[in-house]
Amino acid sequence: MLRSALLTLAAVAAWMPGSAALASEDHQAVQWAAACFACHGPEGRSDGGMPSLAGQTADGMYAMLIDFRNGKRNPTVMHHHAKGYTEEQLRRIADILGRRPN
Amino acid sequence: MQRRQFLRHSAALAALAAVPAAARAQVGRGARVVVVGGGFAGAACARYLRLWAPGASVTLVEAAREFVSCPMSNRVIGGTMSIRDLTRRYDGLASRHGVRVINDTVTAIDPATRQITLAGGSALPYDRLVIAPGIAFDYAALPGLNSAAAQERVPHAWKAGPQTHELRRRIGAMPQGGVFAMHIPKAPLRCPPGPYERACLVASALRRSNPTAKVLVFDANPGILAKRELFADAFANRYKGMIEYVPNAGFEAIDAASGELSFDVHGKVRADVWNVIPPQRAGELALQAGLGGGQGWCEVDFLSYESRLVPAVHVIGDAIASAPGTPKSAHMANQQAKVCAAAIAAHFAGRAVNPEPIIANTCYSFVSDKEAIHIAGVYRYDDGQRTIVAVPGAGGLSARASGEEAFMAVAWSFNILNDTLGMI
Repeated sequence: MLRSALLTLAAVAAWMPGSAALASEDHQAVQWAAACFACHGPEGRSDGGMPSLAGQTADGMYAMLIDFRNGKRNPTVMHHHAKGYTEEQLRRIADILGRRPN
Repeated sequence: MQRRQFLRHSAALAALAAVPAAARAQVGRGARVVVVGGGFAGAACARYLRLWAPGASVTLVEAAREFVSCPMSNRVIGGTMSIRDLTRRYDGLASRHGVRVINDTVTAIDPATRQITLAGGSALPYDRLVIAPGIAFDYAALPGLNSAAAQERVPHAWKAGPQTHELRRRIGAMPQGGVFAMHIPKAPLRCPPGPYERACLVASALRRSNPTAKVLVFDANPGILAKRELFADAFANRYKGMIEYVPNAGFEAIDAASGELSFDVHGKVRADVWNVIPPQRAGELALQAGLGGGQGWCEVDFLSYESRLVPAVHVIGDAIASAPGTPKSAHMANQQAKVCAAAIAAHFAGRAVNPEPIIANTCYSFVSDKEAIHIAGVYRYDDGQRTIVAVPGAGGLSARASGEEAFMAVAWSFNILNDTLGMI
């Protein structure tokens, strides 16, 4: 219970405005992840077309990014992007994006 | 749960909540950031500064009352989109994100006293200044287009707005079998694929309304600047007999009244409608402020987008001397804005800047009213070269034009506007 409460709180805190100041925040990955919002909308809330990133789990996001990177999925654009990052970078980006509330 | 355990948990939660929240709110406390220019770069930077340095006051100075997107404006010229679809208000930046938006122009920047002066008379002091002035046109390089009257006769439509409509109107009013001709300046220019997309969309529209018309594309460059194979295919096949592409066409002079343009080796060409996209450099304000390098663009540190010439002043968007191989695009402007905002927030928080920013570009172009293509790239900072470089193996072009990508292109245009102005 405590663990889930802490995780929930951390997730909310992390994506409140000013998340970059959170002591434990991965500032570098926050900047990398913010790049995604140009196509996927502010904080990952898409107006259509590209899927919303908000509400997805970190593990699900990571698995999908790895599939794009390895060519296991056939998207229009995402394979071109995913190949630009190491697996470790994608893991950290997924950890940031996956903690986002709906 | 036992009471003691509950209390312990509550205390832990309170501590976790209180410390980071307080620390977050402190970032930038008392600091003043002024952002000049509310396009894709400046508006996004103001918004992300408020997210990442919430203690700072962020003021955005923009002359226009509304934001008009250049991306998709070729579709307005082609008659398949309204400029209303591409127009947004700045209200959300103020009401939702706490950006102070001032509708004014800047008359002077004084880096010594760290303040700017507005046309309205007031002065704004800053701790960090972000300049995003976009592009200026170099009409001095185009004999015959030096007067306002001549420029009115030969629209550029390279900043979305009234000229976008005007070009659309003139193309619609062309006589049957008439000639639309455009001139593309030497790179670097805003939106390298844009001229070729425009040629395709004009041809796509004329095919319906004026099928014997011609589209002549005179390019000062030795070849198509972006998405070369895909545009070359569209010109040669999709618009066979309608679009004629001429590389290495040097502009010599234009007689705006008669519509006759003289080229260095191709002689005189007459057209019913001319669209001359002028050579470009950084927006006037950047050059007036002493931020410009020898080529008319602003040299920046790609870790923070701070000017290499003037401390505490950052430059983002089309006005920078772009890293080799990177385009001047709305998407790149958005990405630069975030790296810049993160660097300024880190500076206020006493943290080191991110030593390896990674940014991406996605750029869609329509090749007809129904089909689009894209180019994408991922770029990272290279410490040795002190610039950003394409990540090998990443990025690429569409295999072919498709309706699916046309749908994604329109979605992209709305999502990036939302990200820039903080809507939804």
